[in-house]
Amino acid sequence: MDAQQIGKGKFVVPIGPQHPALKEPGHFEFTVDGEIVTGASVRLGYVHRGIEKGAENRNYTQAMYLMERVCGICSHVHATAFALGTEKLAGITAPPRAQAIRSLVGELERIHSHLLWLGVAAHEGGFDTLFMYSWRDREVVMDLLEGLTGNRVNYSVNVIGGVKVDVDDAQRDAILKGVDFLEERTHHYIKIITTDETLLGRTVGVGVMTKEQAIELGAIGPTGRASGLERDVRVDAPYAGYKDFPVRLVTDEAGDLQARFVVRMKELLESYRLIREILDHLPTGDLTVRAPRRIPAGETVSRVEAPRGELFYYIKSNGTDMPERVKIRTPSLCNWASVINLAPGYKLADMPMILSGIDPCFSCNDRLIKVNDRSVSQVWTWEDLRQHGIEYYR
Amino acid sequence: MEMKLDPPWQRALEQIKTWARVNSPWVIHYNSGSCNGCDIEILATLTPRYDLERFGIKLQGSPRHADVLICTGPVSLQSRDRLLRIYEQMPEPKFVVAVGSCGISGGAFQGCYNVVGSIGDVIPVDAYVPGCPPRPEAIIHGVVALLQSLQKKDAAPQSVEE
Ligand code: SF4
Repeated sequence: MDAQQIGKGKFVVPIGPQHPALKEPGHFEFTVDGEIVTGASVRLGYVHRGIEKGAENRNYTQAMYLMERVCGICSHVHATAFALGTEKLAGITAPPRAQAIRSLVGELERIHSHLLWLGVAAHEGGFDTLFMYSWRDREVVMDLLEGLTGNRVNYSVNVIGGVKVDVDDAQRDAILKGVDFLEERTHHYIKIITTDETLLGRTVGVGVMTKEQAIELGAIGPTGRASGLERDVRVDAPYAGYKDFPVRLVTDEAGDLQARFVVRMKELLESYRLIREILDHLPTGDLTVRAPRRIPAGETVSRVEAPRGELFYYIKSNGTDMPERVKIRTPSLCNWASVINLAPGYKLADMPMILSGIDPCFSCNDRLIKVNDRSVSQVWTWEDLRQHGIEYYR
Repeated sequence: MEMKLDPPWQRALEQIKTWARVNSPWVIHYNSGSCNGCDIEILATLTPRYDLERFGIKLQGSPRHADVLICTGPVSLQSRDRLLRIYEQMPEPKFVVAVGSCGISGGAFQGCYNVVGSIGDVIPVDAYVPGCPPRPEAIIHGVVALLQSLQKKDAAPQSVEE
C-alpha cells in the first residue's frame, strides 16, 4: 500500500485490489486528513466476467448453472430467482413441495452466509477468536447443505419447474438437530456482540446511517433493516414457499454497525424458526412439473431476498430455448453508496469494519463496467457502444 | 543478490532452504474473477475443522512475503494485469496453485466475453485442484502434494515448471 500526497496534509490511500482483508478484489481510495477519512471512492470490475451476455448463448438449463455461479455464497437465491422468472414466462408453477424445499435451502443458505459474515466482520475488527468460532459452527450448516444437495457450495437445487433434491426423514432429523445446535450458538453470539467490550468499542456509533439516509442511498437488506427500513422481499412480496411460511421482519433502529450485527444474528433465529416450521409442515407431492424446452416469448421480472438484500432478475425470452436478455441487479451493488457516503468522518482504522458491515460481495456486483472517457460524448448510442466494443477488444 | 559458495556448501544451503520452505510456506490468495465459491472454501481450510496452519502454512497479505500463490477463478480482462503484477512481485522460487475448475479451463465461464482464459494461460501453474468448488480437503491435498514434490526435488536447482 503506498500513499500519494494531494494538497497539504491530505493523503490518498489506495487499497487493493489484492489486499489482506477481503478475499475478493476491489479497489478503494480513501482520502485521509491525519487519521480521519475525508473522502472515499471505490473501483469495481475486477471480477467482471460477462455473465449476462454469456447467458444469451446458453439454453435455460445451462444458463441456470451460470446464474448459480454469479456468486458462490448466495448461489441458491440466484438460481431461484432465475427459475421463478422462467417459470412465470413458461406459465407453469412448481409444486408446493418444491417451493417449500426452495425456501428451506434458501434459509440454510442464509444461515451459512450470515455466519460467514459474522466471522469475516469479526476478523476485520481484529477479533479472530470469534472468526474461528463462527466458522467452526458454520461447518455444521455446510454439512447439512452437503447432506441435502451433495455439494458444499453451488448446490444446484433448482431446475426449471421444481427442485431436484428431496428431504427424507433421516435428513430431516439431521437438519433439526443441526438447527438446535446452531440456535444455542447464536444466542451465545448475540450475547458476545452485545456485551463484549472490545467489539462494542469498534461497533457502537460507527458508520451510523439514519432511516432517511438509508432510503436516500437505497440501502437494502440487513444493512437497511438495521436502520429501521422495513423492507424484505420475503415479507413484501412472498415468493416460493414464503407464502405458506410467513417470515417475521427483523429491524433495528440504531443504524450503526452494532445494529447490523444484531439484525443479522436475529435473522438467524428467524431462519431457525422457519426451517422447523417448513420441516414440520412439508407439503407432500411431486418435486417437478414438466417445463417446455422453448420458453414462450415475453418478458418478466422476479425478486427474491438474498442474504444481503433484494435480488432482482429481468428475463426476456424470444420464444427459443435461449434467453434473449437477462439482467441481474444484486444487493451488494445497491449498498455501496452507503459505504462511500458514510465513510467520511471516521478513522481509517474503522474502514474495514464499515466495509464489511454491508457484507460486500464483489463477484455479484462486478457485472458492470463504466466507460469513463471524457474525450468522447458521455451519451452513447447503441451503435457507438457496439463500435467501441469492437475497437476495444480488437 | 546471489551468493556463490563451493558446491557442497551450496548444496547444503539449498537443502536448508527447501527444508524451511516445505515446513512453513507462506501463501497469498488472489481472486482473479471467481464466483467466491472457491474463495470461501479456501478460507474454510484455515478454520478449526480443517486447520491448514497445522502444516505451517500461513496466509499472507503481501506478495513480497509469499512463496505460494493460490489463485481462484477464470482470469478476467481487468484482473489479468493484476495477476501478472502479483506474480512478478513474488520472490523466486515461487509456486502457483490454481483452485477450481474455472482456474483450470474457465469452467462455467468459458466463452464469456470478459474472460481471458484459465490461470495457466497467464502464469505458469504448478498444481491444479479440480472441483466446483473443490472441497477443503482437496485444497489441502493439492497444497500438500505441491510441498511433497518440492521435497523430492530437494537440492536440485529449482525452476518453475510449466
Ligand atoms: S470453480 Fe466453481 S466455485 Fe470455483 S470459482 Fe469457478 S464457478 Fe466458482
